[in-house]
Amino acid sequence: MTETSTPVVAQPSALSRSFNLRDYGVVIGVVALVIYLSLSTSTFLTTGNLTNVLDQAVVVGLLTCGATLCIISGVFDLTATASLALSAIIGVEVTQAAGVEAGFVAAVLAGAGLGALTGFIVNVSTAVNAFIATLAVSIVYRGVALVITGGAIIYPLTDQLDGVQVFTDDVPGLGITVATATLLVVALVMGVVLWATNFGRRIYAVGGNAEAARLSGIRVGSVHIGVYMASGVCSALAGLVLVARSGGGAQANMALGLELSAIAAAVIGGTSILGGEGAIWRGMVGVLLLTLISNGFNLLGWDTTFQQVVQGCLILVAIITDRYIRRARST
Amino acid sequence: MMTPVAQRSGLGISARGVGKSYGGVSVLRDVDLDVRPGEILGLVGENGAGKSTLLRVLAGSIRPDTGEVLLNGEPAGIRTPKDAISRGVSLISQELALVPARTVLENVFLGSWDGWAGGHGRARDLQTFQRLQEETGFRLAPDAIVASLPIGRQQQVEILKALARGAQVLALDEPTAVLAGHEKEGLLDLIRKLAEGGTTVVFVSHFLDEVLSIADRVAVLRDGDLVATDDASSHQPASLVAMMVGRQVDVMYPTLPPVPEDAPVALSVEGLSRGMVRDVSLQVRAGEILGVAGLVGSGRSELLRMIFGADTPAAGRVLVHGAPLKAPSPARAMAAGLALVPESRKEQGLALTRSVRDNVAAPTLSRRRLGPFAKRKAERRAVADVARRVDLRAKGLGVPIWTLSGGNQQKALFAKWLLTEPSVLLVDEPTRGVDVVAKQQIHGLIVDLAASGVAVVVVSSEVEEVLGLAHRVVVMRRGRAVAEFAQNAAAGDVVAAAFGDEARNHD
Repeated sequence: MTETSTPVVAQPSALSRSFNLRDYGVVIGVVALVIYLSLSTSTFLTTGNLTNVLDQAVVVGLLTCGATLCIISGVFDLTATASLALSAIIGVEVTQAAGVEAGFVAAVLAGAGLGALTGFIVNVSTAVNAFIATLAVSIVYRGVALVITGGAIIYPLTDQLDGVQVFTDDVPGLGITVATATLLVVALVMGVVLWATNFGRRIYAVGGNAEAARLSGIRVGSVHIGVYMASGVCSALAGLVLVARSGGGAQANMALGLELSAIAAAVIGGTSILGGEGAIWRGMVGVLLLTLISNGFNLLGWDTTFQQVVQGCLILVAIITDRYIRRARST
Repeated sequence: MMTPVAQRSGLGISARGVGKSYGGVSVLRDVDLDVRPGEILGLVGENGAGKSTLLRVLAGSIRPDTGEVLLNGEPAGIRTPKDAISRGVSLISQELALVPARTVLENVFLGSWDGWAGGHGRARDLQTFQRLQEETGFRLAPDAIVASLPIGRQQQVEILKALARGAQVLALDEPTAVLAGHEKEGLLDLIRKLAEGGTTVVFVSHFLDEVLSIADRVAVLRDGDLVATDDASSHQPASLVAMMVGRQVDVMYPTLPPVPEDAPVALSVEGLSRGMVRDVSLQVRAGEILGVAGLVGSGRSELLRMIFGADTPAAGRVLVHGAPLKAPSPARAMAAGLALVPESRKEQGLALTRSVRDNVAAPTLSRRRLGPFAKRKAERRAVADVARRVDLRAKGLGVPIWTLSGGNQQKALFAKWLLTEPSVLLVDEPTRGVDVVAKQQIHGLIVDLAASGVAVVVVSSEVEEVLGLAHRVVVMRRGRAVAEFAQNAAAGDVVAAAFGDEARNHD
């Protein structure tokens, strides 16, 4: 197309500046934090610490992959960690009965199944918003988890422990754990799904304007079931990582509250809370920023209670930036 | 029995040189209007003539681009609805501004609470409420929840609210549209009574006989211009219609190729009903353009949405090339060859934050795929081709679509549906908020599509557009198809049919 004289609505440079701020602000934040921590501590830039940082990021990272897909499509998944607990428990139960491999497969299938169910419930209760609907469903899932375990921690058989804890092993030659590798693979796959597949395109379309998508012949309900299933699989994998870390144990109140950290990470990375915009890499940068802050507080010996204040402020900054950009364009 | 309304000192309200435009399209041009203290002025005009905009300017809820509003000849300095209210001007719009979950009493005194501490004096509010009820003859229970009241009663709450604020000028937008017969009479009586008591009333209505029965004077708007202000007693509905029609012909309509004699019926609608739409049947042949005219709210858009499966019909069915659509949904309608360019670009048509390309490609993603993957290259080519075909101007097809002008957004919407190669195209308001050049291009596009054998249904609020574009025009009124006209019908006849029989009988 040729350049034309079509009046373009947005001309102020403040607007383009704020775009850049959103695109790169959080990246700049991460880089600045890395430089600062490298200079002010002697322990930050050690292989041990960096491996540790990545490993710490895994559980929230996996949850953030799922949360990002959901948020882009215009919904929230507050069931993420309830699904995590329930699928981990199912995984451990199946492991006891049929072995480690069967247990892993069962956990992932359980995650996908719970996600599909969540999506179905959100679709039939369209009168309620997804936030509240999934909040209710998450309570049900936790309740079911409690019923299965009777409130106890359940473990696989003793000779299965090594197999279950494979996520804590190092990947030979890469200097990262299997858990970290899992996150990287999942993030890559989800990134490709969003960017290169028609399903991914539909996720953006539905989040951008659900009614327009529906009138374009896109089955909005199917797209939502799809993103909840993806989120469920991410939850199940995060559950397996947590099981491995806790010596093979699974229980009903695993990862309580982490679903909110995942939403926070996605938003801090620059995925719009209003849907239709965002990317997996953004979520990953958001997770990295949160993890680095927590690592920095430890290394510098600061009072970790202030960590939450900092995180909360970051979320606010991200949301206000998003709002500001949206408002500037709608006028 | 109603007691006499307390005499209010009259407040006259005037517009001086008021102009307003949206996105380069002017809806009001240099309007001068004087409403005398204590008179009832009826504001009439076709769809989109600018009636509601003018009313809102007077009531402070729209700020004009040029000109000003005067109260008793003095600049009023009204910038917000709050300013207007404090100066004694109250607007009662079609969508009532009430808090549905709260009581009648609370709503009547909404926003007029004096202080935060110690409540706002329920006893005093009740006293005022009872006095206003006596004045107006309303019988509302002060503690009833507003949401539980029928719409006519809710409107009474609005009126009490305005009076409680000491309104001296009442601006009413289509106040009788939602009311049943006896409620209408009651409201008209009340308006007369309020005016006798000194309240100045400006009201917009589509019902011309009603306007003539109650107004002292009428002001006629046409296409953003105030074309006449005259005593109501010297007019009949037909003479008002004559002044309303005759929009400036700003566009030349393309020549319509005749529909081939043997063209098969492409779209057949049989007895569709849902909500206000009652038992509408119509047929469109391949290559034919059917225009649907009617007032805003006559059920035109609802009909199109039902044909496309966006809303499920309560009764009736849609046949495409003779095959009925089962379990209607947009996806199934699309698969059958239907396409809908919806009424509202922002709400129903486009994902504003997404790129032009994403928007245009959305309905046809599954046509360009390799397994689960999108064929980006094919998509770029397809979108670029169709963008050229509709002459879409943008700084690139990757820019967010909100950066485009209204005309180019509308072209993108057409482009999106051209890619589906529809055999039946439904278009709702093809050129709303679009500049003249784009308008002509869109008209050309519609006619070309018909020439290539597509059956087209065009809904438009502009009678001239419907008549200029369509082989045949169906007029809808209150949810029914009430009249049909051939291509060369007079605009006045179509408008008269849309407004109701009474306007035609007086010819």
